[in-house]
Amino acid sequence: MSDSDSEIAQAGDTIEVDEWRRVSPLSVVAQGVRTIGSAIIPAAFVLFAAARQEDKLSGLAPWLVPILGLIIAINILPAWLNWYRLRYRIGSSDVRLEQGIISRSARSVPYDRIQDVSLEQKLIPRLLGLVEVKFETGAGGKDELTLSYVSEEEGERLREVVRGLVEGADETAAICVASEVQPGEHVSVRDTGDRLLFAMPPQRLLTFGLFSFSLVIFAVLVGVVQQFEFLLPFDVVDYIADYFEDERYAEAGSYISGMDTIARIAGIAWLIASVVLVGLASGVVKTFVRDWEFRLERTAKGFRRRRGLLTKTDVVMPVHRVQALIVSTGLIRRRFGWHGLSFISLAQDSGSANHDVAPFAKMTEIAPIASEAGFTLPERTEEWRRPSSAFYFDRGLIQSLVILLIGLVVFIVAAAEAERNVPGLYIIGAIVAVLISLTAARQYYLWRYDRHALDPEQVLSRRGWLAPRTQIANRVKLHSVEIAQGPLGRWHNYCDLVFGMAGGRFAFRGLALEDAKKLRAAVLDSIASVDFARLPK
Amino acid sequence: MDTEPLTQLDPSYTTVMRIEGLITTLPFVIGATVLSLAEVVPAYVPAIPVVILAVILIGVLPLKRYHSRGYDMSTDRLRVVKGVLFHSDTVVPFSRVQHLDVEQGPLERLFGIARLILHTAGTHNASVTLPGLRHGDATSMREGIRQHVKRESM
Repeated sequence: MSDSDSEIAQAGDTIEVDEWRRVSPLSVVAQGVRTIGSAIIPAAFVLFAAARQEDKLSGLAPWLVPILGLIIAINILPAWLNWYRLRYRIGSSDVRLEQGIISRSARSVPYDRIQDVSLEQKLIPRLLGLVEVKFETGAGGKDELTLSYVSEEEGERLREVVRGLVEGADETAAICVASEVQPGEHVSVRDTGDRLLFAMPPQRLLTFGLFSFSLVIFAVLVGVVQQFEFLLPFDVVDYIADYFEDERYAEAGSYISGMDTIARIAGIAWLIASVVLVGLASGVVKTFVRDWEFRLERTAKGFRRRRGLLTKTDVVMPVHRVQALIVSTGLIRRRFGWHGLSFISLAQDSGSANHDVAPFAKMTEIAPIASEAGFTLPERTEEWRRPSSAFYFDRGLIQSLVILLIGLVVFIVAAAEAERNVPGLYIIGAIVAVLISLTAARQYYLWRYDRHALDPEQVLSRRGWLAPRTQIANRVKLHSVEIAQGPLGRWHNYCDLVFGMAGGRFAFRGLALEDAKKLRAAVLDSIASVDFARLPK
Repeated sequence: MDTEPLTQLDPSYTTVMRIEGLITTLPFVIGATVLSLAEVVPAYVPAIPVVILAVILIGVLPLKRYHSRGYDMSTDRLRVVKGVLFHSDTVVPFSRVQHLDVEQGPLERLFGIARLILHTAGTHNASVTLPGLRHGDATSMREGIRQHVKRESM
């Protein structure tokens, strides 16, 4: 496929065991483009700013090409050195990676610790036909062994070879394979007998996007303005300061007061409508980019999920690695019966600990997926119990005190400034009162809503206000149980019950102490009766 | 199992914590001495907070911590209780222990005590530490628990 070095083989047709190899030379281009990409926007801004002042431009023009060439060289050279100094080996018992230009690091990952081999493909590598291979060990994040980048066929072969070696290393441990846009033949051969569990057609994505209303775009715009403020022809802060100092706002005010009531209402409506429209549009775009052609299938190996428009991902999660389920929803989407299902598992899903398996679905669609993973969704027959009311009372009290304190400080400062009674002072009082009653209402609602239950195989918890979520964990897959109590909890006899779970958090906050002890005893009995090594695989 | 009486730790654990408190106070004592000698403030002023700190760290806290700690080892699980202000009561079933450590610092070695550390695969409470055991007790507990740890099979 490509040329080979005398001692280090490059992408050959076969992968020999115990042979040192290099990643694809094209990865130099991919890395270089990435770093140049991050430098090009500021560079463009600088050039643009320079171009506005013509005398500077004429001085700059002859140097333009050499400067750009230098920028590219500065970016490409380290990328090339990195490529030259990086080598990996698929050994008989481990995968090794040596890298570093001056200080070398050598990492070895034994096969029985490799949990999944995932291939990921971002936009630029995808254009160059490259993939990033990750050997995940469950350590999470930066400690994983990563090869960036190899060619698509090479990635596919690496996955096959390593998968074979991993299965040889530990017959019982199935591996979690995640991959990205595979060449067609491989897929069709292996995937016979797959069942489609869940898919999201474009109409569903559109609904999902509309519910994912997001105003992040405004924050991004503000951030961009701050970042490149120095390049703008005027100073934003000064402009706003001038706006007030010159009483230009009075002009705007008189302009508005010159309008009739209908025009004013229309103006406000227009403002609100445009903000809502932008929010909805950004939600829809984000959803389409992330979840395009979302498909969840049950394969012989486990659950297989494919999604993505620009960055396509293809993840396989073995059934026995699912530690717990999370069924989440939102305040509004709950009214329409929409929920999202995700798994807590040992492997990571592009940075987040939970794997989305059905991000936007009706409960009737979620139930079969849950039972496929070996969980049963809570029914009405469950004996749900509430946390201690004292916990919510204390929390509400503390939050109210904080609000009161801040309000008091603001009030004193404002009163000292005003030097006489002005209506503004009453407004501060009113805001504090409203905030405190909101806090109280929230805590009361939470106490009414939050609950937990224990069934023969599972522990269940339902929490939350704006984004309520139900967590379901398998009792035998928990590792330890802790009862934690702060000073207030000891005074009012409530505690937190925290379970040690692989790959995620699972805690019941504010339980009555007796309740927590009963729960703990029951859960411990089912944990202790099953040895970890004999957990269902 | 919550009703079982807790086993107390070795009394010399208090002494070890006292010495640790002494070591923590030492830099403050030196600082206060320097301040007194510099005569920026009256000589007795820096002594007041240092004395309070010493009383808490050397006199009060080690005893309180000693009394708040305890453990209970049954046939298939270990319960570790600790915390003066913030209580914590953790139970680890032996069948979930991944590996075990017995650790000894220089001070602990001097007094013949050790820490037993249980590692689990959970993200929360990934390692549960039980300090202040007699070294012999710690190793025999480790052997006892090790019988239950079959094979790590992740």
